[in-house]
Formats: sequence, C-alpha cells, structure tokens
Amino acid sequence: MDWFKRAKEGLQPQKKKEMPELWLKCNACGEIIYKKELEKNFFVCTKCNFHFRMKSSEYIANLLDDNQFDEFNSNLTSVDFLKFKASKRYSDQIKTAIKKTGQNDAIRTGFGKIHGHEIVVCIMDFSFIGGSMGSVVGEKIARAVDEAIKRHLPLMIISASGGARMMEGAISLMQLAKTSSRLAKLSEAGLPYISLITDPTTGGVTASYAMLGDINIAEPGALIGFAGPRVIKQTIGQDLPDGFQRSDFQLHHGFLDAVVSRHDMKNKLKEVLDFTMDVQIAAEDLNGELMPETMPELAELPLPDSDNLADEAVNN
Amino acid sequence: MSEFVLDFEKPLFELESRIREMKEYSENENVEIADEITRLQQKAKKLRAEIYSKLTRWQRLQLARHPQRPYTRDYIERMIDGFFEMHGDRAFGDDPAMIAGFGRLGDKKVAIVGHQKGRTTKQKLHRNFGMPHPEGYRKALRAMRLAAKFKRPIICLVDTPGAFPGIGAEERGQAEAIARNLFEMSRLPVPIIIIIIGEGASGGALGIGVGDRVLMMENTWYSVISPEGCAAILWRDSTKAEEAAEAMKLTVDDLLELGVVDSCIKEPTGGAHQKYDAAAQILKETILAELVELEKLPPEDLIEARVEKYAKMGFFNE
Ligand SMILES: [Zn+2]
Repeated sequence: MDWFKRAKEGLQPQKKKEMPELWLKCNACGEIIYKKELEKNFFVCTKCNFHFRMKSSEYIANLLDDNQFDEFNSNLTSVDFLKFKASKRYSDQIKTAIKKTGQNDAIRTGFGKIHGHEIVVCIMDFSFIGGSMGSVVGEKIARAVDEAIKRHLPLMIISASGGARMMEGAISLMQLAKTSSRLAKLSEAGLPYISLITDPTTGGVTASYAMLGDINIAEPGALIGFAGPRVIKQTIGQDLPDGFQRSDFQLHHGFLDAVVSRHDMKNKLKEVLDFTMDVQIAAEDLNGELMPETMPELAELPLPDSDNLADEAVNN
Repeated sequence: MSEFVLDFEKPLFELESRIREMKEYSENENVEIADEITRLQQKAKKLRAEIYSKLTRWQRLQLARHPQRPYTRDYIERMIDGFFEMHGDRAFGDDPAMIAGFGRLGDKKVAIVGHQKGRTTKQKLHRNFGMPHPEGYRKALRAMRLAAKFKRPIICLVDTPGAFPGIGAEERGQAEAIARNLFEMSRLPVPIIIIIIGEGASGGALGIGVGDRVLMMENTWYSVISPEGCAAILWRDSTKAEEAAEAMKLTVDDLLELGVVDSCIKEPTGGAHQKYDAAAQILKETILAELVELEKLPPEDLIEARVEKYAKMGFFNE
C-alpha cells in the first residue's frame, strides 16, 4: 500500500506539489492562508482562530525560551513484539512513521525553559501512528517524571493522541497504569504537573495522563474525550450535539481549568509555574525573549518581570 | 449443567446426551449394555479433556462471554460473608454496572469491587451489560479509599466489555474517572488483588485494575480493546474479530508470557459456568493465599513494588 502511494506521488507533476507547501486551507472556515503567515500566527487561522495541528518542533519554538529543547531518550524505538499484522504489519508501520516524521516515536521528552522556569516537557506528535501510546511513549513519560523528581522540576505533557497503540495489545493498556502511577509519585514529591491537551486527545491518553494535571489546559476547539465520536454515535444510534467533546464542552463540564489560545499559552503557563514553583529565576533569563519573534501582536507586551503581564496577555 | 452449548462443545454434548439416553434405555428395558456405556463415558472424558486443553483464543473468549458464566455477584454470594453493598458516588448517582462494598473473606475483612453484568434481558439493561459510567468508577474509588482508611485489603473483580461510550458518560468525565482511579489505586497503602473473572476490555477494565497482584481465571480475556473494536479499526471490518483476537494475544497464557498477569486461576473443567461453587471456592482460596503474602509487606514497600510492577511493563529498543 505504502510503496504504491509513494510511487503514485512520484508520478505527479511538480506544480501540483508546490501549492500545499506554500498555502494551507483552513479546516474550519475554508480560508486559503499563506503558510508563512500561518507560521507567524502560531498556526492559528488569521480569519477564524482555528488552531491547526502542530508538530512537536513547533510547540518547542512557540513555548520554550530561545527555542531550546534539551532532548533525552530520543533513541528509544518501538518493537513489534507481538508480530502484529492487521491490514498492515506493525513493524512496517513503525518504519514508515519514522521515515515520514523524522522522529523515533510519538513523543519527545526533554528539558526547556518557560519564561525562565526550568521544566521537563513531553510533547506528542499526532503524525506518528496517530500519536498512539505504546511502550516507548509510556517509558519516555516514566523517565521524564523521574528526571523531574530528581532535579526538582515541574512537568508538562502536551498530548495529541488517538489513544493506546492496539498493535501492542495489553502492554499498550498497561502504559496507562505505568504513566499514571508515575505521575502519582511526582505529585507526592510536591511537584506540579501541567497537562496541555491539543487536538485530538482521546482514548487511553485521555483516560490517563491527559486528565491528571494539577492544572489541565486545552487549546481551543480540540477534540478531547474517552470514546471517539464515531463509536459513541454507533452505540447510541443518534447524532451527537454540536461541539460535543470539544475544549469548551470539557471546560463547561468541569474537566479543564482553562481553554487558552496559542497566543496566550506561554504566559498562562508562566502563571502556573510562578504559583507552584519557589525557584529564583536567574536575571539573565528575565532578559530573554518574552515570546518568539514570530508573534508580532505580543511585541508591545511588558517584559515578564511585570506582575500584571498575564492579565494583559489574556484576550479572550 | 449449562444448557447453552458453544459450537466447539457440540460433539461433547451430543456424546453426553447419547450416554444419558442409553442409561435410560438400559434401566427401562432392563437390557445389559453397561460395557457400552462405560466405553462411551471413557470416550466422553477423553473428548472433554481434549477440547478444553487446547482451546483457541477465540474459543476462550467465547467461554469468557458464556451467558451462564458466573458474574461478580455470584462470586460475592459464595465467597463473602456479611456483604455490605455501598451505593453512589456522592456526586451524581449510583451505577448498577459496578458493585462496591465490603465483608469477610474467610477470616479477613476486605473491600470488594467489581463490574456487574446481567443475565436476563431486563437485568442486562439494568446493569448496562457491565459497562460502567463515570459514577461507577467513582463509587469503586470510594470503597477503595474506605478500605485504605481502615487498613483493609481490596479485591477487584474485572468483567467488562468496556466503559460505556455514551453522551452522559463523556459529559461526566469517563476518562477523568478512569485516570483518577489509576492514579489513586497506585498509591493506596493496602494490598490490592485484581482478578479478571470474564472479560477485561480496555480502560474500562483497568479502571479497577491497578494492583499488587493481577490474576486471570483460565477462560477469560484481557486486552486494550475488544477484538471486535480492534477489527473495526485496524481491519476496517468487525467480522475479522477472530483474527484480531489471535493477533492481540489476549489469553492468560499470552499475558503470563508478556508479564501483564501474575498467575492463572484454574477453573472446573469446561469452564466456571459448569460449577459455580467450585469456581468460587478456588477463587477464594487463591485470594486468601495471596493476601497472606502481601500483608507481610509494610505499606511503603507495597506501594513501591506496585509502581515498579507497572514500570517494568513495556518492550522497546534502546
Ligand atoms: Zn479559519
């Protein structure tokens, strides 16, 4: 299937490939947006505020000081220990995903800083087998928690996942217990955990670490749920209400502390870190960039040493 | 004796009914065919051993779903003295798909929680086919916290085709309820024993499934999703469930090998539905033996070992 698709792509004329690279169509309002423009705007539609899905590298650029991410355990890769074969072989899926994404699995873990606060950050990539959680995702999160405890740092996980990786059978289910039990340990160590939930986050990831933040924050319009909408629709045999399982629905029902636009995200995270952590922020960090330069709207914001920074940054 | 016969059990049931007929005939007509009956009885014994000793994964799954299979209440009635059933999550309601309470298991005071299926159509609907809503998981957590407060061990009986996928379940936070249980159960300072007594599907099973010992009865299954669900997603064809069951490796033998479960609890030949009392007796003795071991550990060690148990689960290259 895969070779066929690639062969077919190879046959296509050059000019048809050019268009999607420079321009993107908004899934929500249909607006055609220049990709560079979109990038400058955190991959948020300039017309309707729709949040496009982002890669881990783009979260790093948008949220971490100086685009600095000191990654660890990036060498962990998945194994097809069940010799699982459905319409595709799992072993082939792993290879294809690594080639396609340039990453070794659906999550990256490392150290970074948010407005000077050192933090351990785990970022999922939905483009890697649907951001599914198998042994590698579980292990990397477990080790990230251990790093946070060892260095007395806060933890943030940015979730984007279809759930547990079925091709790893019951072992993928056990990753829910593995990650949740480690987070309980982090909590007991008196360290904060921020869960940042993005589109889409469903199944086993929602039913474990995504819902366990001391603070749960979601991006606008993200699909967040346990069962997928298609399964629910099939089970109950009726159409689902508008906005069902989206961020505002979860906020309304009490499962999120905030729905935050990407424009305000970094400052919102700072508020949580300021409250929960006692560390002194080094002076040189305060002189660092407030936001990546790609954020023109925030250029005139005060520097982060101002107490009311966050209030001013909130615009929704 | 069960009246519901699975396909692979048919040759055995046919042979057994022939033996019954012959016995009747020999008594009524006063004909001496004892030799022939003995021969057939031996044949039946051999056939029984043969059928149940090499079940495919799909056949085990069928036994796990057998309509006469004992459910949580059947075991509670037989194992627990003075069962006090708790109700409600103190927030929204009471979920009949989840049983929670406490009582005495032999000489031990224990809390016990479990998924509950129904047998008649009316009961099935009342119990929502053993598929809990968030309030079920929250009720279970109440019972477990109560046990922790009074230093009593916790027994969890897992038997669910999954947590219910519905609008109300999502509105009330199915994911949060399950996640909270995983988080809390990992640190309760008392022994927790999990037993898969029938079906163990997905987060719906794991929501009461984090413990110090995870045991599976012989004819049960446990995995990340039902074979039907897996087939629908990965094969785009739910009729491929049998293939999915084979691929997911969801029987006790598979999961012992993968290190997901600690041991297998034997069932009476032909399955727990053949002899409820015997099945419950084996279960009770197994739990009591495990408790003796677990109660030797101080709470800190118990929790540390529990976290470590799950930490070890996973296969990857580095
Ligand atoms: Zn738009």
